[in-house]
Amino acid sequence: MNTLDILTFLVWLVAGVTFILALKFLASPSTARRGNLLGAAGMVLVVAWTFFVRDGQFGAGANWWLIVVAGVIGAVAGWLGAKRVAMTAMPQMVAIFNGAGGGAAALVAVVEFMRDSELHPGELLPLAFVIATLLGAIIGAVSLTGSVVAFGKLQGLIAARPVKYPGSQLVTAALFLAVVAIGIYLAAVSPSVPLFLLFVVLSLILGVQLVMPIGGADMPVVVSLLNSYTGIAVAATGIVLSNYALLIAGTLVGASGAILTQLMTRAMNRSLFNVLFAGFGTGGGTVAAGAEGEEQLREITVEDAAVLMAYGKRVIIVPGYGMAVAQAQGPVRELMDLLIARGVDVQFAIHPVAGRMPGHMNVLLAEANVPYDRLKEMDEINDDFADTDVALIIGANDVVNPAAREEGSPISGMPILNVDQAHNIIVLKRGRGAGFAGIPNPLFSNEKTTMLFGDAKPSVAALVTGVKQA
Amino acid sequence: MELSAFELLSALFILVLAAFVGFEVVSKVPTMLHTPLMSGANAVHGVIVVGAMLVAATADSPVAVVLAFLGVILGTINVVGGFVVTDRMLEMFKKRPGRD
Repeated sequence: MNTLDILTFLVWLVAGVTFILALKFLASPSTARRGNLLGAAGMVLVVAWTFFVRDGQFGAGANWWLIVVAGVIGAVAGWLGAKRVAMTAMPQMVAIFNGAGGGAAALVAVVEFMRDSELHPGELLPLAFVIATLLGAIIGAVSLTGSVVAFGKLQGLIAARPVKYPGSQLVTAALFLAVVAIGIYLAAVSPSVPLFLLFVVLSLILGVQLVMPIGGADMPVVVSLLNSYTGIAVAATGIVLSNYALLIAGTLVGASGAILTQLMTRAMNRSLFNVLFAGFGTGGGTVAAGAEGEEQLREITVEDAAVLMAYGKRVIIVPGYGMAVAQAQGPVRELMDLLIARGVDVQFAIHPVAGRMPGHMNVLLAEANVPYDRLKEMDEINDDFADTDVALIIGANDVVNPAAREEGSPISGMPILNVDQAHNIIVLKRGRGAGFAGIPNPLFSNEKTTMLFGDAKPSVAALVTGVKQA
Repeated sequence: MELSAFELLSALFILVLAAFVGFEVVSKVPTMLHTPLMSGANAVHGVIVVGAMLVAATADSPVAVVLAFLGVILGTINVVGGFVVTDRMLEMFKKRPGRD
């Protein structure tokens, strides 16, 4: 081992430490941005070192141009994607970036496997190597296609509802068993390349098969879980390549992603098993109940709604995904300013899973310069609804659905915002349909509830005008 | 690719200890930071680009070259996109001129 080899290990160590600190800093608001930059710095260090130093020698190697061209393409694509994406579409973007990482891990596994089975024709490969390679390939491939499906569901390209067909769980189980059987064959009988490719293809299908039956409302959990998977795939690749930077980073993300996933499911009062296999919102009674509820909805005029708020003492705004898609956060802030100027106490009630990702609403409202201290978490504000004049619900649905308090609903047990305790409930809603989870919402037919139909942005803008004139 | 018993054991130690660090580091996170944290962790596993670079550097067959090339593209998308989008999210938290 020469000096450069030793330095390589030290670079991995430094990078590993920056990644740990990055995650640690990201967990606190005051240090989060610094943490992200620190992680990026560690990444630049390890990437640059890997480019210039290989096998204990300086020199970029014969294929350096290949790496540069691919790196430039990837950097431009990643940069543009990250810079151009609307803040409302962030969850999808994270899914795509995660899928890219999973795909890269699977590709590395394929190339490594092919090379090693060519180097040792007719021989069994070392067991640890095969296991790590197979893990990298299967988990990376599942993460790739799973993320693409999650992207499609969040973006509205694929039906958000759970997509199931008769026997789909059997197909999933069969695919899984086939993949395991092929894996055992590759490790114990013969490292055949065509069979390995079949293994990868089946893993890709498995990823689709696992995510399709999950409803769109659960995609944040799925993205978080797949993020953790990619971490594990990267860790496996780290073992294959004896690269400790990959091993540390991958394990860290695998472990922290698992915890984060657990925190999210806990916020919804559900188990991960329930999210993955229960097929949220498939209830057959949905349509009938929805049709029945429709007739009882009462509409309110913009003027009446504006007056209720302008002359109230306290207004709590409950934002949801509808605000995000309509990009209504600017007008919402304007509405808040006007109401505050009139002496109304305005707060925002943020449900842990409002929007498509935890923290989604906080980011959007922060973008519109709504001060932090007006954003209240559910536990903090839930007791205040009882002496609130108006609860203004902007495109939120499942998180205010009182059906969650009763047995027998797909969202039973999920903690919700107690908006039904407010004196008046005004719901801004795009259409008359059920929410993302496809569950009818009895709140809308509550006698205190009035509806203002339409896209959230023009609706809120109209309310702003209304409050000015009130 | 021969892995010695010593290398494997070292890898096992790193794996287990890093997993504990990963569990510990994020155990108390306010909800509003869940998304940026997920996104930041997502960027960190973009380090897979290093693995793709290593296999690209030694790729000799045309198939291996193409696959490794794709691997480096995907890995770089993961890294660059991941850190940039996380920074954008966090930038918004920071921008907070004068409370009212």
